[in-house]
Amino acid sequence: MTEPASVVAAPDERTTLAVEMRGIVKRFPGLIANDHVDFQLRRGEVHALLGENGAGKSTLMNILSGLYEADEGTIAVQGVPVSIRSPRDAIESGLGMIHQHFTLVPSLTVTENVLLGLKEPRFRLHLPHYAQKIRELAEGSGLRVDPMAKVWDLSVGEQQRVEIIKMLYRGARVLIMDEPTAVLAPQEAEELFRTLRDMTARGESIVFISHKLDEVLAIADRITILRKGKVTAAAIPAAGRTRPELARLMVGREVLETIVRTPSTPGPVVLQLAGVHALDDRGLPALRDVSLDIRSGEIMGLAGVAGNGQSALAEVITGLRACTGTVTVHGEELAGRPPVRAIDAGVAHIPEDRHGTGSAPDLSLIDNLMMKSYRRAPIARGWIVNSTVARERAVELKDEYQVAAPNVDIQARLLSGGNLQRLIFAREISTMPSIIIAAQPSRGLDVGAVETVHRLLLERRTAGAAVLLVSEDLDEILALSDRVAVIYDGHIAAVLDVADADVHTLGLLMTGGAMGSDEQPVAVRQGA
Amino acid sequence: MTAATRRPLIPYALRTEQRLEVPRWLPIATTISAVVVALVISGLLIALIGGDPFAVGAHIVRSSLGNVGVLSDTLVKATPLIFTGLACALAFRMRLWNIGAEGQLYFGAWGASAVVLLPIVPAGSSPFVVVPLMLIAGVLAGAVWGGVAGWLKARFNVNEIISTLMLNYIAILWVRYWVFGPWSEGGFQLSRPFPREAWLPRLTDFSKTFHDLAGLTTHLGFVIGVICAFLVWFLLKRTRKGYEIRLIGDNPRAARYAGIDIGRNVILVMLMSGGLAGLAGMVEVTGSVHRLQDGISPGYGFTGVIIAYLARFNPFGVVIAAILFGALILAGREIQPAGIPAMIQGIVLFCVICSDILLRKRVRLVRK
Repeated sequence: MTEPASVVAAPDERTTLAVEMRGIVKRFPGLIANDHVDFQLRRGEVHALLGENGAGKSTLMNILSGLYEADEGTIAVQGVPVSIRSPRDAIESGLGMIHQHFTLVPSLTVTENVLLGLKEPRFRLHLPHYAQKIRELAEGSGLRVDPMAKVWDLSVGEQQRVEIIKMLYRGARVLIMDEPTAVLAPQEAEELFRTLRDMTARGESIVFISHKLDEVLAIADRITILRKGKVTAAAIPAAGRTRPELARLMVGREVLETIVRTPSTPGPVVLQLAGVHALDDRGLPALRDVSLDIRSGEIMGLAGVAGNGQSALAEVITGLRACTGTVTVHGEELAGRPPVRAIDAGVAHIPEDRHGTGSAPDLSLIDNLMMKSYRRAPIARGWIVNSTVARERAVELKDEYQVAAPNVDIQARLLSGGNLQRLIFAREISTMPSIIIAAQPSRGLDVGAVETVHRLLLERRTAGAAVLLVSEDLDEILALSDRVAVIYDGHIAAVLDVADADVHTLGLLMTGGAMGSDEQPVAVRQGA
Repeated sequence: MTAATRRPLIPYALRTEQRLEVPRWLPIATTISAVVVALVISGLLIALIGGDPFAVGAHIVRSSLGNVGVLSDTLVKATPLIFTGLACALAFRMRLWNIGAEGQLYFGAWGASAVVLLPIVPAGSSPFVVVPLMLIAGVLAGAVWGGVAGWLKARFNVNEIISTLMLNYIAILWVRYWVFGPWSEGGFQLSRPFPREAWLPRLTDFSKTFHDLAGLTTHLGFVIGVICAFLVWFLLKRTRKGYEIRLIGDNPRAARYAGIDIGRNVILVMLMSGGLAGLAGMVEVTGSVHRLQDGISPGYGFTGVIIAYLARFNPFGVVIAAILFGALILAGREIQPAGIPAMIQGIVLFCVICSDILLRKRVRLVRK
């Protein structure tokens, strides 16, 4: 039983490590996503994993949760070496990943969702028995949720709790959370943070993947930062760190985080919505009697908790969703007209779903960049596509908007999130549109790409474009907008001048509260 | 503690993971490997039923590509397959699963035949009038038949797989009605032969000047097929419409976002696809059979599906795949009237479709 002296970790330290990844290497054709990455997660800590898109943090966590297999390196969970080859292996080792997009069945109850895919119960589903078990587990972890509620009745925050319960029920001792606050209102995020604190107090460990530096500083005990597949900060304590410091470690240079917003000089109203009603995909009302004016040269922020009609609003203006009421652009009626009319009227659209709507993943960058311009000269020559011009134009746009890609012939799906968004901006903004509908333009992007997105939107505003900025990130809304509209349950709850808006007021309006009603104290985000 | 762990029976396992980048050569290499695997499986089956796979293989090559005569026959067989393959490849590019090329072929054959059998042009007209008219009639009839499914899809979202499949039966029975009834020659299920002016020129027609061409039945339809392959390539790669088709095929939501009317394109592509399949029927009756008859196609329309897949929807690939299948059909009749040749076709399609996973996933052998 004599241990060789070369074993580095002292036994007592090893027992406190929930996860230890050592020398992880993962190569993809043409790049090294993880280059000898070490990652140590202590028991009972919240460990933030920071990094730009394409820095390799998703790859690292996908290796830990069994979606990828590492080329080199070892993983130990609770001090025991493990080999994780599938998500099932991961959960058996007590590792549970909670993805940004929930994997719940809306029409089933919480209990049914938690039991889904498990070996127990085998055949007879004695729901009350399991509901009781889940209730006990939930209460023991400080996660309030009714086990018999149908998932579609739950708020996004509650659905997230169900995801956490699902993982705990499967015996997870380590939770990996991929941008958990992206879909939450500030108050909900606050509640999540409390839950996470409770959980770590009981010895569970959390890997917290996020781009929002404030949140990371507020919740994390330690921080690991990746850049281009390498660790630039290994498990540094979060206490005493500053935003610029973290941003520099992520991007590798100083980041201009303060947005210089000159006072706006709004021109005439160019986009007008009056009495707009629309249905969502399930045929339920998504917009009720929405009226909104946007002037040239101003940014109108649209704040709201996900699922309150902001996506439908963006789709109605761009012609992708049918509606009643009037939508006028430069005095031209667009309601009920096909999307091509909105394009011709000068409406650019940065869609919320970059992969599903904004790009054709298997087509080349050239094809993706000409989606809006292939009908017109010089790319169109009659009914022929002038491929020489299309290529030249694509190369120009790629360089001008700094889309990092080896050439313009590669498929769009090979671009990282930030670069795909740069490509979409290049396509939409290069046509000098008079109206820009930007839906969640910086969601999921790293600081460098966010900086670009904000700069471009402000540039267009200065050039006289009317911008509708749909975002769930209130800091972004407050930093960029001249006016802020709050949408709640498909209705515009209020339109405020940005000077009168703050996180607190907006948070209340977003959750259905009235302005000035202050009876319930609302926690303001820490560190903001 | 390692001594106690049980060793698994096979210490290796296959693991797959998502492939990020597809090198240019990979689709071609994969397709060729799939065909090779298919031939090996076919060979094993031939051996299983007591045949000598090598002898059969040699015989297939000899009787389809062995000399100029059989090579010409191979091209004759390949000609309708080029058209049906192109018809499928074009529709499949837009992820529109037209499996009704068979029915569209029958309608094309009927439309072309109607020109001389109704008749629309009087007997003894110039071939320069008759042949182009038959060509137009064939394309139109096939296009209408494809267009019906396209319209149903665009207007009522009727699944095109079901509608095109069902329309096949109607088309086959429609032709059967005409060859058993109004156009029947002496009660047999075939029409009277077409007059010479309704024949596509064949190589053997020029044997007076070039003696070597005597007996070679390759006809103008093959050339039309190659031209069509070029036109389809040009359409897809160089035109606005082709761009729309590729965009819809890759991501319909992005296409809608780009302002493309998907319904109109569905109808248009089904018209074009049907027209190409209709051409297959036209060249078959005017170039090879020279009359309309029951069972004018032994499933060229369905083989077109296999060819489109084998070519990975590339128009020039379709021409090559069609020639290979033409050879297989020709030689198939030599080795067995039914059974083995169709089985080989099926195995090839099966292997090619299965090999698709190699394009999306990387397979690695790892130690357990």
